[in-house]
This record gives sequence, structure tokens and C-alpha cells, in this order.
Amino acid sequence: MAARQSERIKTIRVDALARVEGEGAFTIRLRDHRVEDVQLRIYEPPRFYEAFMRGRAATEAPDITARICGICPVAYQMSAVRAVEKIYQIHVPPEIRALRQLLYCGEWIESHSLHIYLLHAPDFFRAESALALAKSSPELRQHIERGLRMKRHGNEIVEMIGGRAVHPINVKVGGFYRVPTREELQRLLPDLRWGRDAAIETAKWVASFDFPDFTDDYEFVALQREDEYAILDGVVCSNKGLRIREEEFPDHFREEQVPHSHALHSRKVSNGEAVPGSDRFAGCYQVGPLARWNLNRAMAPEIARQVEADLPVRFPTANPYQSIVARSLEVLTAFDTAIKLIEAYEPPASPSVPFEPRSGTGAAITEAPRGMLYHRYTTDDRGILTEVTIIPPTSQNQLRIEKDLYLIAPRLVELPEEDACWEAEFAIRNYDPCISCATHFLKLQIERQ
Amino acid sequence: MGKKPRVGVFKFASCDGCQLSLLDCEEELLEIADRVEVAYFLEATRLPLTGSFDLALVEGSISTPEQVEQIHDIRARSRVLVTIGACATAGGIQALRNFASVHEFLRLVYATPEYVETLATSTPIADHVPVDFELRGCPVNKTQLLELISATLAGRRPNIPRHSVCIDCKRAGITCLPVAYGVPCLGPVTQSGCGVLCPSYNRGCYGCFGPAQLTNVQGLVQAYRRAGVPEDELDRLFHTFNAWAPGFRESTRPVPKETEGNTEH
Repeated sequence: MAARQSERIKTIRVDALARVEGEGAFTIRLRDHRVEDVQLRIYEPPRFYEAFMRGRAATEAPDITARICGICPVAYQMSAVRAVEKIYQIHVPPEIRALRQLLYCGEWIESHSLHIYLLHAPDFFRAESALALAKSSPELRQHIERGLRMKRHGNEIVEMIGGRAVHPINVKVGGFYRVPTREELQRLLPDLRWGRDAAIETAKWVASFDFPDFTDDYEFVALQREDEYAILDGVVCSNKGLRIREEEFPDHFREEQVPHSHALHSRKVSNGEAVPGSDRFAGCYQVGPLARWNLNRAMAPEIARQVEADLPVRFPTANPYQSIVARSLEVLTAFDTAIKLIEAYEPPASPSVPFEPRSGTGAAITEAPRGMLYHRYTTDDRGILTEVTIIPPTSQNQLRIEKDLYLIAPRLVELPEEDACWEAEFAIRNYDPCISCATHFLKLQIERQ
Repeated sequence: MGKKPRVGVFKFASCDGCQLSLLDCEEELLEIADRVEVAYFLEATRLPLTGSFDLALVEGSISTPEQVEQIHDIRARSRVLVTIGACATAGGIQALRNFASVHEFLRLVYATPEYVETLATSTPIADHVPVDFELRGCPVNKTQLLELISATLAGRRPNIPRHSVCIDCKRAGITCLPVAYGVPCLGPVTQSGCGVLCPSYNRGCYGCFGPAQLTNVQGLVQAYRRAGVPEDELDRLFHTFNAWAPGFRESTRPVPKETEGNTEH
């Protein structure tokens, strides 16, 4: 952090936002105590996935795109295989779909537990890190230890099905290279049952936090299904009446490049035109746990709905700081779903469905821990990629995060610089931003003029 | 007992997966935190970058002009600097740009390429500063990472095997995929460390740990050519997450450009 003072402009600056995945910064510009503009800048260096994947085989997409993000590789693999399977007209049997859902539950548990306990909870206690939090009292150390154990059991699901927790090796177009036996999966059950209880404790703990008083009129967007809490597939829905198929996504959402960021911004549009509204935040929307829980909680497992009903936090909520509660209820959902999937598991007749490469275009969306992840591929008749588009959740949330910062900025101006920095970072971490994903870095800078 | 050793974790162009492997040491994490001072680890703590380090763990490759300056600063602050993962040790998958035109890549991804400052190449840390130890893997192996940290803090060389996946595979008694089923496999030329993961899942090795010591890459390329593996498939097989590692880099194609990165817009 550095403070710079000149006659006309005062700048407060955090060189790198902490406890997020990747690198970013932001600027708040003030003139006569009025907020002029905010910019969330993502300076994570670009890695050009969409370019170097041209000329690669579509069957390589799950392993290559996994490397976009070490926190949510399964999400990349799932969106990738589903998009390619659409081109190749592959229909996987329900047993393979169930295994994919189980694998995804493992990643939700791992990623959400990491964010709740190691990245976000320290903000509610004004601690630098979870490590500092754990040292501050035996009780808090117990909480952190519980979170780490929950995370481990999520990783164990991914390891069992995927081979390893980061960049699993077992996912392929058409299914898996090898599928687990009933006995292998059932060995996970005792720890997952412990995890389900721990998730209930987690929900009660985080719901007892003091939440800053802040709400806005959000558009929440998520996949939806009528028969389950959507993770792998569904219809794209919002609380403002949007209801489209995943193929229609480009007709309703547009990516834009802005000078201050290496991540492309997403904005909701209508018939290819920006939605009416004079401000530059027009068409901003939120994806992720809060959007999903607000939209889909009726489809959550009974145990999660019961636990939610007894919490002091009411849903739907338009307070982004309460996303940590939605995240905890999703961990509970994931543990419970994983247990049921394992109890009902029958190995598929064959680990994967055979296929022939063909030319075509396919798009798919799945719910990464941080929100909708869109992949679109075009192949030639030998199955070589000729076009690749990937829209990660953090790109979609970027404009919405800027609007939150814009709205809290007048309050930040009144605070000492150190506190203003922290409050701004806190608001950004509500979204669990994954900046590695979004570029395919964060600095706080308040300019007072 | 003297002062606790100061450890810093640093990130360049990467997916965060290798430093996540550190957070994945769930059981050992709080213990490590008790025994060392985690002085800089942006993914886990807000502590600002100050002072010097007894051990710097560096993830990611060098791909922008700013990163070149940063890695020299980190080297100057650190007694021991070790790199973790394929990006830091070989340039990562993003080093595929080294074989192509970065202008073309910028144009494909960004409508206004002028806003983006990047180097023409993605290169390993050791191309820019002296590195004390390189830990391979995409991602690194958790057990090897813990061995690396404890060995370095104890002042001894880490015990990390340099032989091939193939040797581990034979020891594990797994049926040879290329010999029995004609599946192309990089096990004979890839460094051990994954625990023979892919072959034990009925899948050919795809080279996460980079080239092993004392292996005959050209011999394997010729053998797969003779077996009828199509040239483009063979080329892609060697050019993934360790594409720029010497050994894999020139396996199937000529090396087109120097690694000295000039700034391009």
C-alpha cells in the first residue's frame, strides 16, 4: 500500500488484492467528494488460450482448459466435454452423468470451503489471513481446522474419480478413462457424512457474522433445472424474467474489451443491443452462489432447505456480503448430493461412449463454483478446433463488482485510508473472484481530486 | 531456537494450481504456519511485500515486461529461490505462443490489442534469474512440495527422483499401453512424480512432469512414427504443458524464435 499526495489528486493504492485467485487492482476516482468512476483492473497477464487452442484436437479441450484455473479445473473439464459432445452428438448414459455430477460436487466442496474459511471469513474478523485467525483463539482454530478438513474431503472425491485434486486426468470426451467401483466410492461415505454435519455447523457459524448493511437491485443469473439443484446443465434463468437455452447465450450477453483490464467484461444485452439505461453499468449481472441459491433453493436437498429455514439470514437476499451463507448452503447441498449419488451408484457398462469426430459448433454452460462457465467450440471434420470462446464467471461478475464498489465508494471516502482499502477488498471478495480465470491482478487506488 | 524462517509464495503467469497444492496440504498447513513465517502469500494473506526471504517459492512463467522486473526484485530479496510447476520451470502451456506470432494471438482474443502489454514469449524463471531448485509438474506433487520445503529449510538438497514414469510403471506392474494397445504414451521420456497416474487409469502419459534425465526423445518419436501415429497428433502430444522444455521443444518441430522477449503491443 502506498499513499501519494499531489495538489490535485490524492491516490490510495493497494499493489495487489489478496485472498483472490490471481492478480488485480482497482481505482476509485473522486472529484469534490463525488465518485466520478471506479475501475476494477485485472492485470493478470493474458495467456491466450482461445488463440493457441486453434489447431488442437477438440478431445484435448478438457485437459488444456483445466489449466486456465487450478482452483476449478473440473468446471473447465465439464463445460469442455459437454460442448464437444454436442458437436459429436454424443449422449452419455445417466451413470456417467451421475459420476460427473459427483466429481463436480467434490470441486464445489473444495473450492467453497477454501473461500469460506481461508479467503473470506478473515474479513469478518479483520484478520490478515486464516492462518492469523487460527492463531487468535483456540475456538477460531477449531473452525479453521474444520474448514480444512471439509476441503480435504472435497479433494478426496476429485482424487478418487479424477486421479488428482488439481488438474484431474480421468475426464474425457464421451465419459471417463476408468470408472470407480462401488466399493471404492463407498469408502468415502463416512467422511462425507461427517462433512454434511460440518457443513451444517458452517452455515450456522457464517450466518451469525455481522453483515455490512448493503443491498442493490441485482439481476441474478444461473442455470436452472426443475428436478435438481443445477450444476452440470440447465436453462439459463434470471430473477428478471430471462429464460434461454445455453446456445442462446451470445444473443443475450456480450463480451467487451475495456482499456483498464485484461479480462473481457460481460454485459446483458437485448437483441444484440445494450439494455436501455444511461449509466455505464447498464446490463451488469451477478453469477455464482448467491445468484444460484436465490434462484434455485427450492430445488436444493431437503436438509439444506431445513437448515436455511432456521438461520437468521433470510433468502432471497440482495446483500452480497451474505453470499458466504449461500456458499455454505451450497457446500451442504454438495455433501448431501454426493452421499446420495454414491449410495445410488451403479458403474456404467462402459467407461466412455465411442464417437467419431465431425465438423460443427457446440456450446455448453456449467455452474463453476463462482458461477456460469460458457464454452463454445467449432471443429473441422477431423475434430480439429477452428474457433474457441470461453467466458468465465469472473468476467461476467466484473461489471457488477465495479457497480458495488461505485455504490459503497461514498462511504469509503469518509474512512481512514487503511480501512477504506480493506472495505473495498472485502466487497470484491464477496464474489470469490478468480482472476486467473478471467484473463484468461488487483490494486486499490482512490483518486481524490 | 532462532527466528522462524521467512517464506514467500510468488505468482507469475499461471493457473494458481501449484500454490493451491500448498493450501491442499490441509493437515500440514497449520503446522507449517506454526514453524515458518508465511511472510508473503497473496492468495492466502493480505500481508504486503516487505523485507527479505529465507525461501521463495515461485509459481508461473515470465510473460510481461513488468514480470521481468519483479522476478529480479524477488531474487534479490531471497536467500533460496525455488520454482514450482511446469509454468515456472518450462514456460507452461502459454509458451505455445513461443512457436507462433503473439500479434496474431492478441488479435484473436482482444478487439483492441493496443491495450494489452505482453512479451512475445512465455519463459521459465531460470531464463531470467539463477534458480536454486526446480520442482516439476502440472501441477506439482504435494508430497514432493513438502519434501522440497523441509529439505530447503534444513539446508539439504531435496530428494526428488529424476528417472522416467516408465520405470515407476514397470515397478507398479501396469500393462504397457503402447506395447499392448498401441496407445501413444510419454512415460518413457517423462520425469516421474505423478505416481504413474495416467497409465493406472488406462490412459497414455501426457508429460505433466516434463522431460526426464537421460532419455531418448528422438528414439520415441521415431518409434511412434513407425507405429503409424499421425504427425500432427505426435506433434501435439509433445507440445502441451511442457512444450518449451528442452527435449520436448525440438522433438517434432524446428524452434522458430529466440527466447529473448521483446515487448510487443
